[in-house]
Amino acid sequence: MLGRLSWAAIPFDEPLPLISMAVVMLAILGVLAIVTVKGWLPYLWREWITSVDHKRIGVMYMLLGLVMLLRGFSDAIMMRTQQAIAVGGAQGYLPPDHYDQIFSAHGTIMIFFVAMPLVIGLMNFVVPLQLGVRDVAFPVLNSVSFWLTASGALLINASLVIGNFARTGWMGYPPLSELAFSPDVGVDYYLWSLQISGIGTLLSGVNFVTTILKLRAPGMTYFRMPVFCWTALASSLLIVAAFPILTATLMMLLLDRYLGMHFFTNDAGGNQMMYVNLFWAWGHPEVYILILPAFGVFSEVVATFSGKALFSYRSMVLATLGICVLSFTVWLHHFFTMGAGADVNAFFGIMSSIIAVPTGVKVFNWLFTMFRGRIVYRTPMLFAIGFLVTFVIGGMTGVLLAVPPVDFVLHNSAFLVAHFHNVIIGGVVFGAFAGYNYWFPKVFGFTLDERWGKAGFWCWLVGFYLAFMPLYVLGLHGMTRRLQHISDPSWQPWLLVAEAGAIVIMCGIFCQVAQLYVSIRTRELRRDLTGDPWNGRTLEWATTSPPPAYNFAVLPQVETLDAFWEMKRRGLTPTQPIYETLEMPRGSPIGVVTAFFASVTGFALIWHIWWMAILGLLGAAVALLVFGWSDDRERELTAAEVAQLERARRGLRQPA
Amino acid sequence: MRLPLARSRLYRLVLVGAALFVAACRPVGVLDPQGPIAAAERLVLINSLAIMLVVVVPVIITTLAFAWWYRASNPRAVRSLDVAYEGRIEFVTWSIPALIVILLGGVTWIGSHQLDPKAPIVADAKPLRVDVVALDWKWLFIYPDQGIAAVNQLVVPAGTPVQFRLTSATVMNSFFVPQLGSQIYTMAGMETHLNLLADKPGEYPGISANYSGDGFADMRFTVNAVLPGDFDKWIAQAHGAGSSLDPAAYAALAKPSKAVPPATFGSVEGNLFERIVNETAAGSDNGAAGAAWCPPALQAGG
Repeated sequence: MLGRLSWAAIPFDEPLPLISMAVVMLAILGVLAIVTVKGWLPYLWREWITSVDHKRIGVMYMLLGLVMLLRGFSDAIMMRTQQAIAVGGAQGYLPPDHYDQIFSAHGTIMIFFVAMPLVIGLMNFVVPLQLGVRDVAFPVLNSVSFWLTASGALLINASLVIGNFARTGWMGYPPLSELAFSPDVGVDYYLWSLQISGIGTLLSGVNFVTTILKLRAPGMTYFRMPVFCWTALASSLLIVAAFPILTATLMMLLLDRYLGMHFFTNDAGGNQMMYVNLFWAWGHPEVYILILPAFGVFSEVVATFSGKALFSYRSMVLATLGICVLSFTVWLHHFFTMGAGADVNAFFGIMSSIIAVPTGVKVFNWLFTMFRGRIVYRTPMLFAIGFLVTFVIGGMTGVLLAVPPVDFVLHNSAFLVAHFHNVIIGGVVFGAFAGYNYWFPKVFGFTLDERWGKAGFWCWLVGFYLAFMPLYVLGLHGMTRRLQHISDPSWQPWLLVAEAGAIVIMCGIFCQVAQLYVSIRTRELRRDLTGDPWNGRTLEWATTSPPPAYNFAVLPQVETLDAFWEMKRRGLTPTQPIYETLEMPRGSPIGVVTAFFASVTGFALIWHIWWMAILGLLGAAVALLVFGWSDDRERELTAAEVAQLERARRGLRQPA
Repeated sequence: MRLPLARSRLYRLVLVGAALFVAACRPVGVLDPQGPIAAAERLVLINSLAIMLVVVVPVIITTLAFAWWYRASNPRAVRSLDVAYEGRIEFVTWSIPALIVILLGGVTWIGSHQLDPKAPIVADAKPLRVDVVALDWKWLFIYPDQGIAAVNQLVVPAGTPVQFRLTSATVMNSFFVPQLGSQIYTMAGMETHLNLLADKPGEYPGISANYSGDGFADMRFTVNAVLPGDFDKWIAQAHGAGSSLDPAAYAALAKPSKAVPPATFGSVEGNLFERIVNETAAGSDNGAAGAAWCPPALQAGG
């Protein structure tokens, strides 16, 4: 009846997961209780859960990413602590069975449920505003995307409580991830949560490609788009091209596990090298899916806070597109040590270092944007400077690893771990935080506290260097990754420094939580009534903060790059705009309903509860059919209503 | 009682500090090569790093300098807020990384060919052949020409090239001796090739550098590089002492076990390595775990 599911799936004998489970459950119940008692449920359902407004969806993505960051970070600090104490003969406090789940979950969560939601969240909020349009191309699909991502996150968290997570590392390489070596539900949790959220991500990619190609304000030609939109376009193109590879690869592994096929098994003609190739054919573009939008954020931030236009916009665009194409030609550098010939290794090594050219150009362009500028140090700009210094180091160690003979001795080492944290924290995470601090006043109409924000930045920066510079050293010492205990006692001092770094990062996270809390408490003092708190250059600053549901009552007419800057320079204030009737999409529960059924299906498949899986699939299919046959998907906002809303908004607004 | 405690803490702190300092100065691991491959790889590492530092260090300094000098509160800074393009700068920004990459590309191409793991090492001594099998979670080293085998212990004559054939009877692992150079994956049903050489006698730690499950952290071995005379002595000793690695002994050895102490086998079944490669590809009993729809009784393994 319940497949593999029984009481044995709940780890009553292991206090650690049980306690964390209890805490999480209490927190969820607490939030639910408050929401119900205060009567917020209808509001949440109407205005958020069923919302198809790109701004609301963007906020929910960011929230998901930040909450999952807490989960991923607690995994990180557990690993650091384990490695710091399990040295010599000591076994530490995490047995291999548990430790292996933690590093697998850490990687999976940080990539798919922290970095991706943060990046897609920023794209959601910012892109339509920057393009000067009212929403994305497919607003309801956007809601489906978000809720499928949330469904994947839910499943991965369920593995903490019911059953266990994969013990294969976040790449899930077969044959270790095959049934013969991982017979329990861990790998199935990994596979189904990524399949479900992967569909969401692919749909997001389609949505943004369409939005950017087909919906732009009148006059906004491609070469008048803000750089963030370019990077979002490149990133979305990569999603469309790369995510199907991941889905197909994981599906083959699922077929191996569920139907006894032999795509990647040791025996019967299976080929594990195929999985590794396919995984990285997605995996390397994925790196650029994450970093390109972060580059976009920095382009906006550096230009705004230097009071200058971005230096050499066209070469920035060219570099972005160059990276987008080249990212598909380098995947083999993830496994130079698999035994390919010298020609193959050398080719992929050189292709990998060629990506450093457009990236280097970007760095120089940011530098020359600062040159002779008037730099104002707000939190986003601090993150940008921290990024420039840190990312250059991470890029350098990356190119070092792209030289095959160097990779032969540093592959899979702590040096590699330090390298990719160097680019992902120094690049993607700093980018997400810069974007969060930069666009927060646009989202909510009040600025974030600078003092806590800056304290958070410094903790993250110092903590990062303390945590990962020792790992570079340890990699050179010959320490490989994913060790549950360490044999060489001379490595312990470095591991203790790394542990200290993780604690400093924890302080940084605390500062950011405090920043949010303090800012909300003092929001009346920090209201931004101008809609343009940073003296911005692009169209999102042209509307009020927070923007109305329709973003722009009258679509802006774009004549140059940095359209809003130009409007301000010319002093163009539209005289008595003529409002039109707007077609606004209605909120739709289809996203959350589909995701509910997807979660049920995923859970049932993980536990082999076949009847439930069929019910879940049927439910999703019926829901989609019902939605497909409904016509009532838009509501009209008459010109008079728009005029009234605008009067109220503009009345509040003060000139910048 | 208080004073000694405080003193011991201080002492410990000093000790940790000193250890850090010594560890930072004394080359170890990859930076302390004990053979020509590792030495050449360290050289490529240092060369590549040097080429990039030529740009990276100035970029970091310039970033910090610009960030400091062009701060809004600096009255002495010259500002030109309208410049958004300058052809000459543009030329330079593309040229510098391109030049660096051309240089590095040369290093990469030459290095990849010279240090191809498959390429035999040229030396006076006749190469020693060693077959490596990764098991859950230990290393089996077969000496096909000497007819012996060892677990988690690799004895080689110093100054003699060693030709490895590698495979796995289980999941993917990576054979790696940091002080001797190049690592290579070991994969079931497949053979990879590696050539290494230890310059002088010594003990060098070896590891698996690809996570392979529960016992991974203890999947370590020691390379004992000895004088050629001592190597022959060790072979003779192994012949006399250890048990025989027949199919039954191998089946027992292949069962998952952790932190296995070094051992030797005095004789070894001929063509064991080929047999392991073929059998893993064909699927042995324990590899044939059923799929999800099979009754649970068939789901062995783990």
